[in-house]
Amino acid sequence: MDQLFSLIEKIKQKSVYYLIPIGIFVLIFPQLTDNQYVLHVSIRILIYMLLASSLNMIVGYTGQYNIGQAGFYAIGAYTAAIIATRAGYSFLLILPICGILAASMSVFLGFPTLRLRGIFFAFTTLGFSEVVRLTILNWRTLTRGTFGIPGIPLPEIVNFQVSTNNHFYYLGLFLLVIMLFISHRLINSRIGRAWVAIREDEDAAKAMGVETFKYKMINLMYGTFWAGIAGGFFAYFAGYVSADSFILDESFAILAMVLVGGKGTLVGPIVGAIILTILPELVREIARYRLVIFGIAILVMVHYRPQGIAGARAEGRRIAVESEYEAGTAEPVTETSGKGS
Amino acid sequence: MEAILRTENICKYFGGLKAVQEVNIEVEKGIILGIIGPNGAGKTTLFNVLTGTYNSTKGKVYFKDRNITNLKPEKVTGLGIARTFQNIKLFKNMSVLDNVKIGFHTQTKTRMIDAIFRTATYKNDDRICEEVGMELIERVGLKDLKDEFASNLAYGNQRKLEIARALAVNPDILLVDEPTAGMNHTETLEVVKLLEKLNSEGLTVIIIEHDMSVIMNLCHNIVVLNHGQKISEGPPEMVRHDEKVIEAYLGREE
Repeated sequence: MDQLFSLIEKIKQKSVYYLIPIGIFVLIFPQLTDNQYVLHVSIRILIYMLLASSLNMIVGYTGQYNIGQAGFYAIGAYTAAIIATRAGYSFLLILPICGILAASMSVFLGFPTLRLRGIFFAFTTLGFSEVVRLTILNWRTLTRGTFGIPGIPLPEIVNFQVSTNNHFYYLGLFLLVIMLFISHRLINSRIGRAWVAIREDEDAAKAMGVETFKYKMINLMYGTFWAGIAGGFFAYFAGYVSADSFILDESFAILAMVLVGGKGTLVGPIVGAIILTILPELVREIARYRLVIFGIAILVMVHYRPQGIAGARAEGRRIAVESEYEAGTAEPVTETSGKGS
Repeated sequence: MEAILRTENICKYFGGLKAVQEVNIEVEKGIILGIIGPNGAGKTTLFNVLTGTYNSTKGKVYFKDRNITNLKPEKVTGLGIARTFQNIKLFKNMSVLDNVKIGFHTQTKTRMIDAIFRTATYKNDDRICEEVGMELIERVGLKDLKDEFASNLAYGNQRKLEIARALAVNPDILLVDEPTAGMNHTETLEVVKLLEKLNSEGLTVIIIEHDMSVIMNLCHNIVVLNHGQKISEGPPEMVRHDEKVIEAYLGREE
């Protein structure tokens, strides 16, 4: 295990050199294979990359444990399905609507709950995603309930018909690159710093003048926006949506990808999505134990590498513990006197 | 002299515990005010009420003649009151420089759209954060550690970083809560010198401290709290010989 992780460290240190070949490989990948199954799985991986990255913005950067990301994914997917089948607007118009609608729903969720800390927020998001699923199942006039919505037309982008898996692959890749690009820029700005400050210490962030509620809300909207986009893309790709695609398992799977890959880094969720999508595909017989695999993966990671595969947390636990120890010995009365005096 | 910060009968009760009771303080512009008192005297609670971290039970706080009672802490900071924490509250998994950059939050205006397209606003804000941030880090002597994670810093350096971060707010008044706790003699002297320098540049400072040599050397004025009440106030020489203060610290002779 240790050798494996030290290998990862080495790769990370030279990650810039790997970026170019990986980029080229990703770009020409569809040309290398005619195997439609492989392509299909790659597109699913891309969707999960988008979902895991979107969740990572919330869990990894602001530290708000949203465990109902599938709810926003579902909102995006059904928005696309309903508008595309009934109104027939163009793909380029519908896709942003998917994101905007998911983000505006997150305002309803966030307004009463973002003032809560820790586990309470997590519970509410969990409940929210179930509410979304049950609404979909029961609002038959809009969503056709258990029948799902079939016959979603193929997307057309300015007279170009997206039809083959190759097309969808590049479209998904494009969305992911855009998402990562924008996220990267936000993280390295005043906004991203405020997000991370909230994750690290909300009280201190307030003392530095960060309007924590506002920034948590912006963050939640940003993360769920991309979940909505991922949902819209999924609806077009699958051509059919049903509530079964958005059960709680899906939320947990997305969260597992973030945790295994490494929250709080842009690369982490990408790595996590690859591993946790390919793993169940490799061993088809155990695919129905998908969640068991995810559970084990999370446990192993938490034990051996709490920051995730690509995580960037300090120099590991040793130093962090040491500095806490120093703080503890230097001023043994910190906690108690902090409350009293 | 005009009072930059003053309180009127400020009270903070936690249920039956009267942590701060009817305290009146006036902080003149440009001075260093020391707040001392035995453990549990209500010093940090007073800080928390002044900065909006706690809502006061009764009473009022005025900053530059503006009523700031029970404003949210982020608003108070925006007005120009910065603080450090007794139990260090750094952003542990952020670099030293990034910790300081957060302090510029209220002075910068980058919105999402600016960040995505790197507009002039973004570039301007980024330059301020980078340049002034580096200056502040240099001032507290952490220049060589700017890319280190805050959690990896030695204890004394963490306290210095807290001060640098508070200074980034560009405050009119700085509240420091036991800035030299756990520091060795050399580090303590460095902090004292830094605070003196900042004060000579016009910054008003309120300091809570247990190290009496620091308090006596640094402060122009001292407020003594005991059991949440102000028991004495005045220049160091006067407070030092006040019988009530001696009694609070050492107990009464039977």
